[in-house]
Amino acid sequence: MKILKNGILVLLSILVVLPFLFTVLNAFMGSEEFYEYYGWLNRDEAVYLAFHLFPDKWSFEAFVTVLLSAPDYLMKFWNSLGITTAIAGGQIFVSCLAGYGFSKFRFPGRYPLFVLVILLMMMPYQVTLVSNYIMLDRLGLIGSYGAVILPGIFSSFGVFLMKQVMDGISKEVLEAARLDGAGQLRVLLSVALPISKGGIASLLVLNFIDNWNMVEQPLVFLKDSSMYPLSIFLADSIQESGMEIFACGVLAMLPVLLLFAYFRDELISGISASELK
Amino acid sequence: MSLRKKEALVGLALVLPFLGGFLMFYIIPFGITAFYSFTAGISGMYFAGIRNYVEVFGSHAFQLAAYNTFRFMAAGIPLIMVISLVLSLMLYGRTGHTRAFQSIFLYPMVIPIGSVVMFFQVMFSRYGVANRILYQLGLPEPDWLESGSAFGVLLFLYIWKNCGYNIVLFLTGLNGIPREFLEDARLNGAGKWQYFRYIQCPLLMPSFLFVFVMSVINSFKCFREAYLLGGQYPHESIYMLQHFMNNNFASLNYQRLSVAAILVFFIIFALVILLFSWNYYQEQDMAGMLKKKSLPARRTKIRGGRPAAQPRETMEYREYREYRGMLLNGPDEKIRRTGGGRGQERRRRR
Repeated sequence: MKILKNGILVLLSILVVLPFLFTVLNAFMGSEEFYEYYGWLNRDEAVYLAFHLFPDKWSFEAFVTVLLSAPDYLMKFWNSLGITTAIAGGQIFVSCLAGYGFSKFRFPGRYPLFVLVILLMMMPYQVTLVSNYIMLDRLGLIGSYGAVILPGIFSSFGVFLMKQVMDGISKEVLEAARLDGAGQLRVLLSVALPISKGGIASLLVLNFIDNWNMVEQPLVFLKDSSMYPLSIFLADSIQESGMEIFACGVLAMLPVLLLFAYFRDELISGISASELK
Repeated sequence: MSLRKKEALVGLALVLPFLGGFLMFYIIPFGITAFYSFTAGISGMYFAGIRNYVEVFGSHAFQLAAYNTFRFMAAGIPLIMVISLVLSLMLYGRTGHTRAFQSIFLYPMVIPIGSVVMFFQVMFSRYGVANRILYQLGLPEPDWLESGSAFGVLLFLYIWKNCGYNIVLFLTGLNGIPREFLEDARLNGAGKWQYFRYIQCPLLMPSFLFVFVMSVINSFKCFREAYLLGGQYPHESIYMLQHFMNNNFASLNYQRLSVAAILVFFIIFALVILLFSWNYYQEQDMAGMLKKKSLPARRTKIRGGRPAAQPRETMEYREYREYRGMLLNGPDEKIRRTGGGRGQERRRRR
């Protein structure tokens, strides 16, 4: 029974990791090998593709092409990094304050406002698409990075998460700090925030993942395709699928994977903390 | 200034930066959208009443999109909940490797879908690997991405991507159930299934609710995967409400988009209200549930067979509150509080 259970778990794990392994290993194929195996993909010839996991001959050709002779890719990479960092930074700042406010202070309209936050959190992005567009248009931001970044900063998931995390801080701790003569700001900075460090880290990771993969917003709000982030570039280049496609994929998942590896435990505990109580 | 007023002011000041942006980018323009949905003309010049609504309801694209979205959620959410619950039960109670498996299942959420979409193309294109296997077995080969099977592929992607998140949530819930409950149940001769059915299940209710909420959110996010697999006009089995709205946006048909947005908003609004009132009802009821079904051994232990001094409900309800308190504050709090409480009670009885 135990062996069966372990067997199932291991098998599923392999299945889950397979797409990742496939992409990483195939990125080390040379161009000849790529066309030998995948040249058929976009043609309608009746030749079945083989499942090809390990490259026959390992080469860094694809990576060299992407990094050195295709500057387009690197530009998109920096676009993505800029957009995601700006949103993550802004969102963490705004949601820490608001989460703390929602969790530890009573003020008129607190409850209905928080319900509104949860409600907006559940909406598919398209519901707020026109709303966003109307406002950004009036502000004259359409076509600039502000159009992608600003609404992202004020999206509601961060506030929800930070409120749940801050709910875990007992009131006595804050009260004690206050009795020791700490002002409101001091209590937030040196007591509440350090305690919720894990929650902040998981917000960072979740937010980063979400925005690193954003597709809808840039397509709608950015007019100039040189401003597009990596996620859209990847989606578009699937159609051409040259041999760089795998290497691009690997480089695109690198930042998120590093972040995930570094904050893994915080992410897991942050997700648990987000559970409704 | 009274203390209470001061608290309210500080609270509002803290929330203000968020609230400003939230109102500006989401709530106020949403009001404008609602207004738009009742107008006609390029910049909303004429009042149209419910004409837009009638038109959208009658359009084939909308019906198809709404039907597909509903079908996707109706199939995907129960499926992902069952799969992740089974997996978390398998992971629960293991000594080692739980964290490792947890991160393995969590990692698809991290991977940009664009990075691995090539894998799915290779697997599921017309002459892909999946069809190669089917061909060799002599089975019929569907054109996965260009037929009704696209729905299945998308479902698989949804589960692959979001299962890990739900596992973390379920495991949190499972770990929140005190170990003594299991021992009590064993002492009373309850089998594994009974323990699951009468103790774990009812106590997991809050987790179920939250997993459901997250699954709804994530099922909407699945649009990205559908978009990457099928583009703006995918096979009609995965043409979702999001495609409908995106395409109407692209063709500058704001009124139709507004109508769809308002409709989706109210459907989700109703869903949220339903869920939270159900959750409220559950919380009220959970105390009773603990009393009736799950804790026979515990009851005898605590009361020693004697009628309790306090009314039953409060007694059980307190226990439940303590259990919830433990979820909030970690296990130490629970041991200290219940331990102390019980000790005092025993002393009082003597």
